[in-house]
Amino acid sequence: MQGYTQRIREAAKRLLAEKKVDVVMGFRKGTIPFMNEPFLAKSPEQVDQLLWDGNCGINLANYLSGRKDRIGIVAKGCDSRNIVVHLLEYQIKREQLYILGAPCHGMIDGRRITEELAGKEPLQVEEENGRIRVSGKGFEESFDRKQYLQENCAICMHRNPVVYDELVGDLVEEQRDVDRYADVREVEGLSPEAKWKYFEDLIAPCIRCYACRNACPVCYCPTCFVDESRPQWVGKTVDPTDTRTFHFLRAYHVAGRCTDCGACERACPVGIKMRQFTKKLEKDIKEMYGYEAGVDPESRPPLDTYRPDDPRDFAK
Amino acid sequence: MSQWEPKIVAFMCSWSSYPGADYAGLSRLAYPPNIRIIKVPCAGRINPKFILSALRQGADGVWISACHPGDCHYMEGNLYASRKFALMKNFLEHTGIEPGRVHFSWVSATEGHKFAQTAKEVVDSVKALGPARHMIKKEAEVA
Repeated sequence: MQGYTQRIREAAKRLLAEKKVDVVMGFRKGTIPFMNEPFLAKSPEQVDQLLWDGNCGINLANYLSGRKDRIGIVAKGCDSRNIVVHLLEYQIKREQLYILGAPCHGMIDGRRITEELAGKEPLQVEEENGRIRVSGKGFEESFDRKQYLQENCAICMHRNPVVYDELVGDLVEEQRDVDRYADVREVEGLSPEAKWKYFEDLIAPCIRCYACRNACPVCYCPTCFVDESRPQWVGKTVDPTDTRTFHFLRAYHVAGRCTDCGACERACPVGIKMRQFTKKLEKDIKEMYGYEAGVDPESRPPLDTYRPDDPRDFAK
Repeated sequence: MSQWEPKIVAFMCSWSSYPGADYAGLSRLAYPPNIRIIKVPCAGRINPKFILSALRQGADGVWISACHPGDCHYMEGNLYASRKFALMKNFLEHTGIEPGRVHFSWVSATEGHKFAQTAKEVVDSVKALGPARHMIKKEAEVA
């Protein structure tokens, strides 16, 4: 993975020097461990700040909507799928983009590692041969990378970018035998009361900061439904009913567009697993309409089309 | 609670189901009075927010009715609506709203009988579930 950094820098330098793009979107080192920050390199002198490791979990497609300049963008599997969603929804033109595809090995769940450290403060994180070495004042610990991936990365089936102009590393082998929906099926088996309780407990800590919305690449509406006041669809309080309405509508709004990139869960300051909402919709869309978001730039999103043989057994 | 009667919000397409209700009336067919009809230009106009909004404001059930597939005045609005609704219904039920609170039907302008029959089915199904309380804010407890 270290090789990626070098190749990203080389490509960015070349693109900027040849004036093929106005800006290169990538990551640079964050101020705290496990969090790299998005970085827009605008001149060849700045490209040496760009880097790549297992802490580049933020979805860069989030920064594309509505841009008018030419952009070089580093894209892992999920970023590239969100770029496709942006293309389908006319948020950006393909000619504007030069995509540096980064075949992904999964992003690290820094939160779980921090928990394992039980209060010791991590200062430095290094990756080597499938291990994560975390060190701080007077300690050094090593973790198996595979065991500490973000939950969505562990069940990811599109690690290689689906669109790209150039690769910055060799394509990786896709995971095949992954059960993406084990947790959804578990909830499906519950009674209505138990389901209600499950989601009630899930979102109980929510403080309605909307970080999940802001981190989400497909949330780009000029006025979000939570900010609409006439009519007001969802109250602004942390009353459980309002919180439920928010999470329900947010999830429904990304139905058929969500690529399960995990940006929402990563951004949540209180650790809510809101992918439990979106994954149900993802599962239904796959089962009923055979569609996966952001995989095919040619096919229309599922709620933007219909077929004569759609399942309609729910109708009287 | 023996006096309780459900309130049901019904979103009806102005080209088929709404005239269907009219036809039921013209035919002097009886159907339960628990239904409050909201006329919409096309079932495709129904935003899933409407359904949630109805539940939040005290509806015990929601009924959406559209033209039969292939009969939409706007060619395809009902087909989009059916996809939206299929996902919405599954999702509501997945998150704990009882199956039987939200209904979807195809009723054309000449199907007065089907309208009356479906109205009865919808009301019976919601009645069996009792009042919907999940999406309604609890009153603040006063010490």
